[in-house]
Amino acid sequence: MNLGNLIKVAINALKRNKMRSFLTMLGIIIGVASVITMLAIGQGSRKSIQDQIASMGSNMLFVMPGNMRMGGVQQGSSVSQRLTVKDADAIAAECDAVIAVSPEVRSSGQAVYGNSNWPTTIYGGSDKYLEIRSWKVVSGRNITDSEANGSAKVCLVGRTVADELFGEGVDPTGETVRFRNIPFKIIGVLGEKGQNSFGQDQDDVIIAPYTTVQKRILAQTHIQSIQMSARSAEESALAQSQVEEVLRRTHKLREEENNDFEIRSQEELSTTMTSVTEILTILLGAIAGISLLVGGIGIMNIMYVSVTERTREIGLRMSIGGRSVDILLQFLIESILLSVFGGLIGILLGFGASAIVEALTSWPISVMWGSVILAFAVCTMIGVFFGWYPARRASSLDPIDALRFE
Amino acid sequence: MKAIIDIKALKKDYHVGEVTVHALRGADLKIYKGEFVAIMGASGSGKSTMLNIIGCLDRPTEGTYLLDGVDVARISRNESAMIRNLKIGFVFQSYNLLSRTSALENVELPLMYNPSIKAKERRERAIASLEAVGLADRMGHMPNQLSGGQQQRVAIARSLVNDPVVILADEATGNLDTRTSYEIMSLFQELNRKGKTIVFVTHEPDIARCMTRSVVFRDGHIIKEEEIISRLYAAEMIKALPVEAE
Repeated sequence: MNLGNLIKVAINALKRNKMRSFLTMLGIIIGVASVITMLAIGQGSRKSIQDQIASMGSNMLFVMPGNMRMGGVQQGSSVSQRLTVKDADAIAAECDAVIAVSPEVRSSGQAVYGNSNWPTTIYGGSDKYLEIRSWKVVSGRNITDSEANGSAKVCLVGRTVADELFGEGVDPTGETVRFRNIPFKIIGVLGEKGQNSFGQDQDDVIIAPYTTVQKRILAQTHIQSIQMSARSAEESALAQSQVEEVLRRTHKLREEENNDFEIRSQEELSTTMTSVTEILTILLGAIAGISLLVGGIGIMNIMYVSVTERTREIGLRMSIGGRSVDILLQFLIESILLSVFGGLIGILLGFGASAIVEALTSWPISVMWGSVILAFAVCTMIGVFFGWYPARRASSLDPIDALRFE
Repeated sequence: MKAIIDIKALKKDYHVGEVTVHALRGADLKIYKGEFVAIMGASGSGKSTMLNIIGCLDRPTEGTYLLDGVDVARISRNESAMIRNLKIGFVFQSYNLLSRTSALENVELPLMYNPSIKAKERRERAIASLEAVGLADRMGHMPNQLSGGQQQRVAIARSLVNDPVVILADEATGNLDTRTSYEIMSLFQELNRKGKTIVFVTHEPDIARCMTRSVVFRDGHIIKEEEIISRLYAAEMIKALPVEAE
């Protein structure tokens, strides 16, 4: 029998048992749809985390004070006063893989304008700070170099602070806001960043020159951290080792002493976060894969039942000239059709489910074409694999016994 | 005259566990073109084994078998499938039609396994075959919409569609009432009159007397072979039946 006839025969056989065919396919449909949806969700959450991390800054590295030992007493990292502006200057001067450096100091407090007030955090940085942290200025201008070094009482406000103090959507550029009783002239408004992956509102900030925050608000000489941009994501590791070398020297650490600072990079953070979602994706995919396997076993089961039920048909087909290979192909094609049709419906359903999840979670969910092709290939293989044994059994029947089968 | 079936010293042994069953113990049989042969015998006499070997569904243990001049005693499984497809038509006691498949498609089935016949020719031959058995108006019907006699007619049409050299009928009237079995027999007689060679297994003596020759098996041997002298005609036997109350 030629292939066209075989396919026609197989389709007719499936149509004769519509309900059973559909229920058999259901296993594959659910399996494929869940594989596609789970992989899409995994990919979507990964992308959403990557986007959030990218919004933190551009190839960012930062130095924080580390644990230190003072006269035999182990000190916590928060009390450390070892980082200074000089460290930042040294990094800027010596590390060629680092393209922008800014000291960072911060303080929380109440911002006041007229009779409105709002608890927020003030960040002190240099003129490079916005660039490093990927902040955009949507109105007004950035802090200048001379303002940054000259303790100028100017600041940029985040959208949340502007909304709370001046009203929804008002542009407060040129106004003066008081923070811990120091008046700051607003020279610009920052672009919106939204929440970060920990649920923190990234727009609830005021950014001012670090010298101003250091001297007028905190009255201290050390800084809390140093923020930097590596030249590129690839050079992030190189920048990290250069910074470590410079800081060990400026901190006069002996060979055997541990670092009294810690360097973290955005790369690291991104890798840690995405590795979590990767594990999640593998887990979800594996569970979905198991349901696909169960669907395949369902096909095998039904094909076995079908072979037994149609033993006389097999005998008849053999008696009128069907060769073993014709019978084998007939049943194999039936199981392949079941799994491939099921797979196609499952793919459509997977797209639909992904779209629903996207609408509900607002994650950037995209169905990966790779997973569609994979699902389709797996379906065909399931059809062949689970159809083979029942088909083999059908084709090896003895025509005389098959014809007499009751 | 040319023998369509030429069997010599045919033996067939079955091994059931450790016991060997001698189903055929050396049978010689020649069937000529245009004959209508009744194969008779009790169950276990070897008649079914003989029919299976004639139909190339089974291979003999010993002996020779020429079908239409070709030695088919030692052919492979695939070759025997091809022989069945081209040279043999089967009619079974229980019709063996595919359920939920129209009469026309059932009749087309043997030609589906012959790749040299295209869809158009297949359809034309199936229609002609159904017309020959008087079911021109039932082509689209499913088996469950047909009576037993009509189903057997569809099966006969299916056995005719590949224009076989011999039609093998295995108790083809066994499941039918007297009137219907005479009607079916009348159809076989008509086909035989048009030149078809038919081998018909039966144990009903009146059915056997409709044929041209009878061969009786017992214990794996052919014990009697004779021409039917006072042949019966099924069409006349129907007329002789009492009129059924409607």
